[in-house]
Amino acid sequence: MNLADQVLQYLLSGLVVGGIYALIGLGFVIVYSVTRVINFAQGEFAMLGALVMVTLTDRGIPMPVGFLLAALAGCGIGALLEGAAIHPIRRGSALTLLIITIGASIVIRGAALLVWGTDPLPLPAFTGGPPLQIGGAIIVRQGLWVLAVALAIFAGLWAFFTRTYAGKAVQACAIHPTASRLMGIRVDRMFLLAFTLAGGLGAVAGIVIAPITYATYDMGLMLGLKGFVAAVVGGLVSPPGAIVGGFLLGILESLTAGLVSSGYKDAVAFLILILICLAQVARLLPWRVVEEA
Amino acid sequence: MPRKGLRLALAFLVLLSLPRLATSQEPYKIGAIFSITGPGSSLGIPERDTAQMLEAEINAKGGLPGPVRHPVKIIIYDDASDETKAVLAAKKLIEEDRVAAIVGTTLSGTSLAILGAVQTAQVPLVSCAAAIKIVEPAAERKWVFKTPQSDWLIIDVLVDYLKSKGLTKVGWLNVDYAFGELGWVEFEKAAPKAGIQVLDHEKFGQKDVDMTPQLTRVKAANPQGVVIWSIPPSASIATKNYRDLGIKAPLFHSHGVGNKAYINLAGPAANGVIFPVGKLLVAEQLPDSDPQKPVLLAYAKAFEGKYGPRNTFGGHAWDAVQLVFRAMERAGNNRAAIRDAIEGTRNFVGITGVFDFSPTDHNGLDRRAVTMVEIVDGQWRPAK
Repeated sequence: MNLADQVLQYLLSGLVVGGIYALIGLGFVIVYSVTRVINFAQGEFAMLGALVMVTLTDRGIPMPVGFLLAALAGCGIGALLEGAAIHPIRRGSALTLLIITIGASIVIRGAALLVWGTDPLPLPAFTGGPPLQIGGAIIVRQGLWVLAVALAIFAGLWAFFTRTYAGKAVQACAIHPTASRLMGIRVDRMFLLAFTLAGGLGAVAGIVIAPITYATYDMGLMLGLKGFVAAVVGGLVSPPGAIVGGFLLGILESLTAGLVSSGYKDAVAFLILILICLAQVARLLPWRVVEEA
Repeated sequence: MPRKGLRLALAFLVLLSLPRLATSQEPYKIGAIFSITGPGSSLGIPERDTAQMLEAEINAKGGLPGPVRHPVKIIIYDDASDETKAVLAAKKLIEEDRVAAIVGTTLSGTSLAILGAVQTAQVPLVSCAAAIKIVEPAAERKWVFKTPQSDWLIIDVLVDYLKSKGLTKVGWLNVDYAFGELGWVEFEKAAPKAGIQVLDHEKFGQKDVDMTPQLTRVKAANPQGVVIWSIPPSASIATKNYRDLGIKAPLFHSHGVGNKAYINLAGPAANGVIFPVGKLLVAEQLPDSDPQKPVLLAYAKAFEGKYGPRNTFGGHAWDAVQLVFRAMERAGNNRAAIRDAIEGTRNFVGITGVFDFSPTDHNGLDRRAVTMVEIVDGQWRPAK
């Protein structure tokens, strides 16, 4: 393999992983822009989606049906989290709410450990067959599924936010909650809707990646952190920013692992996070990453 | 009437103590520390199961043989794969339970952590963890023994196999924590001596989800064979990536993939993988002349009848518990005498290998304890 083929291989691997980061990053953005909560349980939605999918397919349920059910389960858990833990203290400080989501992520992970155990579980690829050759590089078929599902979801979300009344109401709450309430939008409902959507997004990310990475109870933590970095790239409130951030992070990680050393791969994500925060403090960015108190 | 009450109480006491007089002896107490939860649980659980199985077996026979039969009680604690909890468990076993010897721990880190406690209290310890530092130098580790093969032994057998197949230009990948790094240290030492050249050395994390970038670099180096030193799930993912990239060179792994989880996760990609490991996995296919064969078959049958597929980790615990049993048959309940008896054990046919302990060797294994196994149609077979 010459260097050009190698770099092409790193780009393809990075795109697949980046698609997952983008999906999880979108979950952070939707919840944060509406509720101002940084939901650190976002990665756990992905873990639950993957494990529920494994259980359903093991029971002989066809994959498309299992996919829908597992995604709905993610929505349900997202809604449950909002209803049970966030809603009762929705007027609490940002820090309190953040700590609650961290607590929730630990609870969800612990429950998954009890239900599914510590062993990683396999999930068959959506369609079998050898990997596809692109130039001198390869992409596994499931990688194409990851990209296709991610693109479909991006398109669907775009249509939802710009073409439907409910989507516009969510956006209105993100822009100005008080004004939205005055216009007759039930902001509480929008909180619930945001968490439900984020739960579903996380679950889908987990389902499509599971055939490549297997499903384990502790897969959510790292996925969540990487998704958070993707979301921060877009300032935590911009869906396109999170998508770009996700792909950027995936590709940078893959290039680092390939061209420098895999030991620095995870460091890249957190280096990006630090650089963006520093850039904000120095007012180098045209957008805000987090509200300044 | 108080006097009547007293007499009744006395009568009760006599009655209560009768059964104890009837059965011969107080049970001997052995301590055990395993990683039943935490990251080491896939190793610790079969170890616990094996220890409990052996305890039940020996007590069903009335206890350890000798002039008077002694039943055995194995007190098992979980260290949750954590060094601090392992030390607390060791202290509890030594000071509160007053055990005669300790079996375990599961992981090298926890074993190294409890060395100080057992050496100071002068309690014999038979570890089920692999790191050579646990028992070397033997002069300083007077009270400590271990049953798994050391890394250098396993690497030695692998290097010889590579050489015999004429694979002198290889690629190497390892997981970036102790297990993989220690494997690399030994391979880096042994390979040049056998004339084997490492074209590319790569690392990955145990939680990595894609090793394609590292394997792409290995592929670019065009090696004759590739070795991956890791455990599932990362070992399984790397195997799938390897086949997806279409690398034709034969793929070798470590003894870390010697369990069914690896094959289940990697699926058909595991076929053709060759790795060095103890003989337990291929017990049925061993020649009848192998002294371990009957012991291996008996253990595999007993374990699989009760708990599920055999694995080498349970075998390490079998060896450790049996060593202590045998030592106690001769030495009774005396800690120092048990230590001497373990060190004096020769030609003990166990699951991991045939043990020959000595004052300078507290592992007691040689190359016969390692064999090359190939995965064929999802089953373990002796490699040709």
